[in-house]
Amino acid sequence: MFSIIRSIWLTSLHMFRKRATIEYPEHKAPLHPRYRGRIVLTRDPDGMERCVGCYLCAAACPVDCIALQATEDENHRRYPEFFRINFSRCIFCGYCEEACPTYAIQLIPDFEISEYDRQNLVYEKQDLLISGEGKYPGYNYYKVAGLDAGVKNKGEGDNEEPPIDIHSLLP
Amino acid sequence: MATIYIDNKAYEVKEGKNLLETCLTLGFNLPYFCWHPAMGSVGACRQCAVKVFKDETDTRGRITMSCMESVSNELRLSISDADAVQFRANIIEWLMTNHPHDCAVCDEGGSCHLQDMTVMTGHNYRRFEYKKRTYQNQYLGPFINHEMNRCIQCYRCVRFYKDYAGGKDLDVFAAHNHVYFGRSEDGILQNEFSGNLAEVCPTGVFTDKTLKEHYTRKWDFTSAPSVCQHCSLGCNIIAAERYGELRQITSRYNGEVNGYFICDRGRFGYEFVNSPLRIKEAKLRDENSKDLNKKNLLNKTSALITPGKTIGIGSPRTSMESNFALRKLIGAENFYQGISEQEASLHKLILEVMNSGIAYIPSLKEVEEADAILVLGEDLHNSAPMLALAVRQAIQKGPSELKTSLPAWHSLALKEFIQQEHAPLFIANPLKTQLDELAQASLNLSPAEIIQLGYAIAHHIDSASPIEHLLSESLLKEAKAIAKALSKAKKPLIITGTSSMQEGLVKAAANIAKSLKTANLCFVEHECNSLGLAMMDAPPLEEAMKHVFLNDTDTVIILENDLYRRTSSGNVDRFFEACKEIIVIDHLHNKTTQKASVLIPTGTFAESDGTLINNEGRAQSFFQALNAKNELIQESWRWLNELFSLQKGISIKDRTSPHELLEEIAIAMPQFKGIAQAVLQSDFRINGQRIPREPHRYSGRTAMNAHDNVSEPKPAQDLDTPMSFTMEGYRGEPPSSIIPFYWSPGWNSVQSVNKFQIEIGGALHGGDPGIRLINNKEGMSSYYDNNFVPIELKDQEWLAIPVQHIYGSDELSIHTPGVTERSPQPYIGLNKLDAENLNLQDGSKVTFETDGEEVTLPLRIITELPRKVAILPHGLQDFNCHLPIILRIKNLKKSR
Ligand code: SF4
Ligand code: SF4
Ligand code: SF4
Ligand code: SF4
Ligand code: FES
Repeated sequence: MFSIIRSIWLTSLHMFRKRATIEYPEHKAPLHPRYRGRIVLTRDPDGMERCVGCYLCAAACPVDCIALQATEDENHRRYPEFFRINFSRCIFCGYCEEACPTYAIQLIPDFEISEYDRQNLVYEKQDLLISGEGKYPGYNYYKVAGLDAGVKNKGEGDNEEPPIDIHSLLP
Repeated sequence: MATIYIDNKAYEVKEGKNLLETCLTLGFNLPYFCWHPAMGSVGACRQCAVKVFKDETDTRGRITMSCMESVSNELRLSISDADAVQFRANIIEWLMTNHPHDCAVCDEGGSCHLQDMTVMTGHNYRRFEYKKRTYQNQYLGPFINHEMNRCIQCYRCVRFYKDYAGGKDLDVFAAHNHVYFGRSEDGILQNEFSGNLAEVCPTGVFTDKTLKEHYTRKWDFTSAPSVCQHCSLGCNIIAAERYGELRQITSRYNGEVNGYFICDRGRFGYEFVNSPLRIKEAKLRDENSKDLNKKNLLNKTSALITPGKTIGIGSPRTSMESNFALRKLIGAENFYQGISEQEASLHKLILEVMNSGIAYIPSLKEVEEADAILVLGEDLHNSAPMLALAVRQAIQKGPSELKTSLPAWHSLALKEFIQQEHAPLFIANPLKTQLDELAQASLNLSPAEIIQLGYAIAHHIDSASPIEHLLSESLLKEAKAIAKALSKAKKPLIITGTSSMQEGLVKAAANIAKSLKTANLCFVEHECNSLGLAMMDAPPLEEAMKHVFLNDTDTVIILENDLYRRTSSGNVDRFFEACKEIIVIDHLHNKTTQKASVLIPTGTFAESDGTLINNEGRAQSFFQALNAKNELIQESWRWLNELFSLQKGISIKDRTSPHELLEEIAIAMPQFKGIAQAVLQSDFRINGQRIPREPHRYSGRTAMNAHDNVSEPKPAQDLDTPMSFTMEGYRGEPPSSIIPFYWSPGWNSVQSVNKFQIEIGGALHGGDPGIRLINNKEGMSSYYDNNFVPIELKDQEWLAIPVQHIYGSDELSIHTPGVTERSPQPYIGLNKLDAENLNLQDGSKVTFETDGEEVTLPLRIITELPRKVAILPHGLQDFNCHLPIILRIKNLKKSR
């Protein structure tokens, strides 16, 4: 008997607590920047597409909902010819972001992507690509990679010696 | 056999091997870079370190390179010893100090031996704080991409290119930690085997440039075991598909045939499959092709086929199944080989010799074991490239009397020991060949002289063999020397073929083989199924034409064959005029398809299952890699079978599988007995599972078609083979004939083939695929006669003979842009003195008459060409198909 009254009392006390439920959609919950919601493709500090079409995100994806095709521009810079995410399959696990060596693919705190027609959940590159750098500013893969993709010449990267003169006999 | 102890456990192993291959054979994961099973060891990379102990009581041991130490009885070694593990980790860390941060944009990634070995040794964090070395790259031609930063200085590339394949234009430059692997200047890599660099190089320095055009990671391919379609050797390949396109050809290991390598024509010639010339729509007289779906195309075509009034023309460039299905549809008596009488009789003769059992017909692997070789009238680098590579290996082993205790894997020591001593090689060919540099004698002779030389050699060995005619003193002396060398050899090998279209060559080669008693004899034909078609023993094209001219036959079915490449265009035109209905089944538009009244599209090898018979009579099956969305693109044999069903009133749904078709072939034609063993039955399963064509990491399944429809389509079914088009299925090792790709845990690169072999460099588990159909031992009763008829050439007459070009002579590979780029333009080649007599310079226009029409071609002066012989490149123009002929050159000498 006593325990019943105690439970009613404790429950009633909650009426005076601060509310956890918010009036969505009028009010929105503050989400952490690392919240795993809608996926975007970001750009590097020079405003170029960050994605180099390495296929790692696609391989990491447990539901196989990322498909892309890599291609190259006239400077041999590799980028995706098409990049497609089928959000009707995506489970927002974030593996793609973890696999990405260039910070190109990022999950952002936006979960409002419901649609009446499932077909509309298929996002192409133009739907995914944003104009900023997202969560990780400052990184430009082609500046630290060894190859010359029109971003820096051979040997001009942060961590590189000038190219070897193979005719030199000096040590 | 010897007993060795690895980490204190005893193993029975084969002697004569090094410790590295022994450990790999036993299934241990031991990292390595510079050792290659086909090229042996040099001990350059220091990656394969293990600890070897003196005896049971030795606890300190010594670190040694496992690739440089022979197996010996009671040897004790440790792979997991802490020092050895640390040593190997240090080596990788050093190699990585200069390695670029490139994996994401490196074409090797996902099939990279360096990645695999780095993971295997556990190195994962860069401690080296200094800068990385960089290099400039070179342009290496349309096939190979160069990214020198990624090099780890293992020297495999130059060892393959220079030492193994005989290339001249790739080398190592500079010194100490600056060494550079490339050409002396930018330019196209000249060697015919350059594509193998992409597989031999353990890093992404050399990669496949044609793959770059539509780059796909290895894990994303739908791959199928296939067989190369570009010459008669039948090298095993892996055909890889992504997004409905054929994107890469790599070599598929077959210890008996091509081993680890393939040639560049085979590797890069695949792009005809994606060519804009592909036939995608059917044509039926003047009907709108849009209305032609599969069903009404079949019905309407079937209505045109009247039994008895229809003939069929087969093809040497399509499978046994398709040729047989055509023969079955129209009846054996109405089936013709789609090749000229001249070529057909040559093939018939070759088959007769092969079946006679006078000589053993070696596989490519067995060619490497020959100890004296005679090549008659073939330029192997251009007509059968991988055979040239095999000959090179045989010759570079050195003469058999050169005895050494060095083991076969000790490649650098062996090279030093052998120096320039080569096993005897003799070449007689109108033109110089690349093998000449290894030859004891290379003679540039006219076809007639080569034949007589052959007869002379046979006559020297056994005087019962008919004597030669009209040979100069010096050539007689050469013949004597060759005869002597061949008789001395234990495994002499004679190679000839159909390149120059001379029956005499086959007969002379047969006589030499017979006189030697225990010889090997190897024939080269033009196309991938030339021998298979010949074995069907049908009349040639000219007979088909005669039949149509004389009878009221009105319909002809032409199977994957451009008749304008077979005989003179005048003949073909007359033939087509005489036919009422011309039903053509093919995959690329050509002159014949333009004449078709009914045109049926068909699959290329990449879209088909089928079986080919290579030059040694080995039946090998290839499998579909690509699933065309277009219902009209299906195998020719399926079309023909469906037509057969319609004719006979059988339901089309009762499919015939390739295996059943092969069984039917063996019943209908006993010479094909056993051919059905080349493929597994379609209901073969392992633990109830199919063999998946896709690796378990295959990506994008739920997105690749989502732009068309977000609901995924049902995956394609494969009712014909035990393989599936998906990633589901048996994950273990597949049977050797249906290995769609090589992968093993921790081994993503092609080096994983180690895990599929019984012994490193030996046969695949379960035996190498392919069934040899020619094992007869009837014995050739007598020597072939020497029917020598001297050719009388008038002042303006030349004997025109065909020459083969690796890039250009093949009908299909020429549709690859890189191959087109490297193919010569049509030309006529003449001897220098002949040209001078005609007052012509290199490049001047030569006008000559052939086939009733006048042709003008630029001149190539060829110094070594015998006089009064003209050469024309095979396959580059229609009129070259009926060579050799006598042509009249019309450029008159002006000064006379
Ligand atoms: S992992 Fe990153 S760089 Fe690679 S394909 Fe995906 S988004 Fe592009
Ligand atoms: S060679 Fe291998 S390790 Fe080096 S960048 Fe390429 S994929 Fe990465
Ligand atoms: S280019 Fe490749 S094969 Fe040649 S030394 Fe460098 S890593 Fe080895
Ligand atoms: S040698 Fe012939 S069969 Fe082998 S890869 Fe080259 S073209 Fe193909
Ligand atoms: S593999 Fe043994 S030293 Fe390179």
